[in-house]
Amino acid sequence: MKSLRRFFVRLSNLAMGRSAGQRLQDEIAEHLAFQTEENVRAGMAPAEARRQAALKLGPAEAIRERHHAEYSIPLIENLLHDLKYAVRVLLRSPGFALIAIATMALGVGATTAIYSVIDATLLHPLPYPNPTELVRIQDDLPGVGAQGVGISVPEWRDLQSSGIFQSAAISGTGANVNLTGSTQPLRLSFKQVTPNYFAVLGVDAQLGRTFDPHDNTPGYNLEVVISDGLWRREFGADPRIIGKALRLDNDVYYVVGVMPRGFRDQGATSDEQNVELWLGAGFSGVPFDPPQRNHRQRSRVVLARLKPGLAVATAQGRLDALVASLTKQYPGDYPAQTAWTVRLIPLSETVVGSIRQSLILLFGAVALVLLISCVNVANLLLARASGRGREIAIRQALGAQRTRLIRQFLAESLLLFLLGGIAGFGILFFTRNLLLQLIPASLPHLNDISINWGVLAFALAISVIAGTVFGLAPAFLMSRFDLVGTLRQEGRGSSGSQERSRARQILVVSELALSLVLMVVASLLLRSFWDLFQVSPGFNPDRVMAVQTWLPGPNDPTADKYLTATQESVLLREILRRGRTLPGVEEVALGDQDALPLGHSRPGRLPLLREGIETVDNQAPVIDSPIVSPEYFHLLGMAVLRGRVFSDHDLEDTPQVAVINEAAARTYWPNQDPLGKRVRLRLDTRGLVSSAPPVWTTVVGVIADARTESLADAAIPQIYRSLYQRPSKGLAIFLRGQLDPSAISSQVRAQIQSIDPELPVFQAETLGDVVSTSLSVRRFSMEMVAFFAGTALLLAGLGIYGTISFLVNEQRREIAIRLALGAQRGTILKMVLQRGLGLAAAGAGLGVAGALVVSHLMAGLLYGVSPTDLPTFASVTLVLAAVALAASCIPALRAMRVDPITTLHAE
Amino acid sequence: MKEKPDVPQGTLALMVLKTLDVLGPKHGWGIARRIEQISGELLAVNQGTLYPLLLKLEHEGSIASEWGASENNRRARFYRLTAAGRKQLQAETRGWEQTAAIVARFLNIKAEDVA
Repeated sequence: MKSLRRFFVRLSNLAMGRSAGQRLQDEIAEHLAFQTEENVRAGMAPAEARRQAALKLGPAEAIRERHHAEYSIPLIENLLHDLKYAVRVLLRSPGFALIAIATMALGVGATTAIYSVIDATLLHPLPYPNPTELVRIQDDLPGVGAQGVGISVPEWRDLQSSGIFQSAAISGTGANVNLTGSTQPLRLSFKQVTPNYFAVLGVDAQLGRTFDPHDNTPGYNLEVVISDGLWRREFGADPRIIGKALRLDNDVYYVVGVMPRGFRDQGATSDEQNVELWLGAGFSGVPFDPPQRNHRQRSRVVLARLKPGLAVATAQGRLDALVASLTKQYPGDYPAQTAWTVRLIPLSETVVGSIRQSLILLFGAVALVLLISCVNVANLLLARASGRGREIAIRQALGAQRTRLIRQFLAESLLLFLLGGIAGFGILFFTRNLLLQLIPASLPHLNDISINWGVLAFALAISVIAGTVFGLAPAFLMSRFDLVGTLRQEGRGSSGSQERSRARQILVVSELALSLVLMVVASLLLRSFWDLFQVSPGFNPDRVMAVQTWLPGPNDPTADKYLTATQESVLLREILRRGRTLPGVEEVALGDQDALPLGHSRPGRLPLLREGIETVDNQAPVIDSPIVSPEYFHLLGMAVLRGRVFSDHDLEDTPQVAVINEAAARTYWPNQDPLGKRVRLRLDTRGLVSSAPPVWTTVVGVIADARTESLADAAIPQIYRSLYQRPSKGLAIFLRGQLDPSAISSQVRAQIQSIDPELPVFQAETLGDVVSTSLSVRRFSMEMVAFFAGTALLLAGLGIYGTISFLVNEQRREIAIRLALGAQRGTILKMVLQRGLGLAAAGAGLGVAGALVVSHLMAGLLYGVSPTDLPTFASVTLVLAAVALAASCIPALRAMRVDPITTLHAE
Repeated sequence: MKEKPDVPQGTLALMVLKTLDVLGPKHGWGIARRIEQISGELLAVNQGTLYPLLLKLEHEGSIASEWGASENNRRARFYRLTAAGRKQLQAETRGWEQTAAIVARFLNIKAEDVA
């Protein structure tokens, strides 16, 4: 209270510019008069009495200073004074100020831009209350190398009652459903979730309600919650939507709620987040399989909210104990060799996915650019110091304290850095829409990226920190002028600034080193990207387009007209026949969504049980298993190595056959002939209820490996099955030929809907686009890092140019004398160039060492190029040397042309 | 050379407040003289340090000041205790007495007392 009052009185004194100097002077005069009187009374001579009074009072100047300090707030007062002075100084050299501010604007602007992306993705990935309590629960079978095997309903119930979680919910991974009855059948992405799903996330509906968390309906409860987007788009934001019936895959559901506008489902990709329908389901009872402990559904994701205050590690410990006791209780369901484990993963980690490493790399790169900008400005500050030697010396001679001078210089650099930061932020703010377009659409949380107050605070904070750190050293060095020497030498090309010259060289060397690191990183990324771009994918995407459709899967299997492969094959053959009649089409093939090369984020993997080796699902390794029509391999140009591919005569009632790729043959039948081997794949199809045990499937052919999962992965085991034997609800229609990409969607839609008007047709894309989209994040980070590296090189070039010019300027006199004494001009040129090359060599040495460390850290982002790739390192070093040489050339030529007579005369 | 110990923080302020409480409004020199008389050597030199302190107390609202005429008719600035200052003095006095009592008890402790 008291100190607050005191602060405000002082602040108002400061603001009003009041001074108590006169008052104190009067008081002291009185004081001295009183004391002198008393001293006289005590018998002193008047002069001595006055002297003693003054002595007793103490040092008047110090008292006055402390009095003034108490009257006002000296810290702020001085700061204001320093800033005012700094503005005047900067205005006096606007060119310098502009360059420094522009450099900092670049550094801070770029860093802040990347920060805003990281802020939205890595720092605030979960738009739910108390996000730290949210975890994803993943079941692994490390004993057989299987991860994320899914959870069975009894296991989920065990988790619910374990006391570790407030609540645990199952959600199916996003899938498609057809909304029919409106003008055009729509394919919407939906999720089946246990009724407590929204309670776990902690989000309520904006209209109506979410599911009742205690609802125990075994199958679907026939309630649907819809997204705000769907509500506005398809239902015109009708407030009476609640209770309305929707026909989804031919089943009737009732709308119970609309989620709020900003609500996004959890997930790593925008596809996963853009769920539009949530169906409440108990995951047991028709159409789901009866709840058995060993019946895991790979597609199911378990989310849970931990009990408040429970750390993930503690919860994991308790979960491990639960797993151990369950394993003991049900030894038949949890064979020891599979080593069943259950892992808790903070939800925030799972939704960022693979992007984390790229973003951290980008942030690292941009931080280096910022660092180089700072170094450059520090260098400029030092360069200017030599021009201000006289001013500084005079101020020192007049009694300015060193700390006072340092504060003054610091205020100047802070002002520069802050102005730069504000300029950078301003540019970022006004170009944000343009910049957002550069970011690939596949980046998670793209829509959450915003330039907000937090980002502004970040920009200001790094400006202040950088200004302090990089202003301090120059301020320190500038304030250390040799007073007498400077005043005497002024106007005669001082050579007494050894320290500053050394500081500048250190700065320039570090700048060169940093930019070398960035350039190496950029080149390695470029090489990786180029190699990936050039890699032969093992399939031919040229002139191929894919269009998708989705067959309804009603909850009552008897209502499904595409239930069996035989029923579906009628439709498939008709699609193929009509597809071939479309203009320009040469070949048509069909596949499920997993068969779409590089086009699916989550491959459907099934346990692979080899005859005579594995006996239960829980022991089996998992394998990618696309389902395709016989024409698929030929259309995509995938070569048959052994045996045969599918034929039109492999049907539901003929022996089940499969085609594997080389990788599968190598992995699962090493040194054996895989042809004729028999396997079982666990069934994992929505809505399929079958009590008959799965039959054996015989491997009839081996095809060459193709990079259909990821361009970076050469060989992932795959097993293909025929659509005529294994129906699929999701269908991709592949067309090869001279196609018109803009018309193909409506052409295919017309053909498909003339067969079945209730089928939606969506997402027509060329495979070429799919391939390049799969590289978009890589391309983005490569382009950004390359841009940063280019900027860094430019800044480093400017830095070395400035430093060499400075050195030449300092040595004008020496050069003039040498020339006067008969030195060759060529020798002078060589001398200066050697200086530049010396700096470049030091920078390159340090940079190569740094780049080696960094390139090993980012090895996971590289493809086809070693982190120590010699050609990359050599060429980058050469480029740096060339730039350094070029930048030193201009000052070197200037040095060579020094006219000894004028120079020596001028001194 | 051994330096004279500084007046502990806050002690001088307490002395000023007490002086004004007992003697009524006083000018700077009067206060300094009074403290010097009571505390002996403590404020013998550097009487000037009193003035920044007086200003601080004034900013805090414990004392108020105005120009007036001194006993020998000279213009002088007189300081007086405010109501807030009186309260502060009481609080600080209590505090000091407590501290002093504790320290005194501690210093008088004998081995047999704690045995």
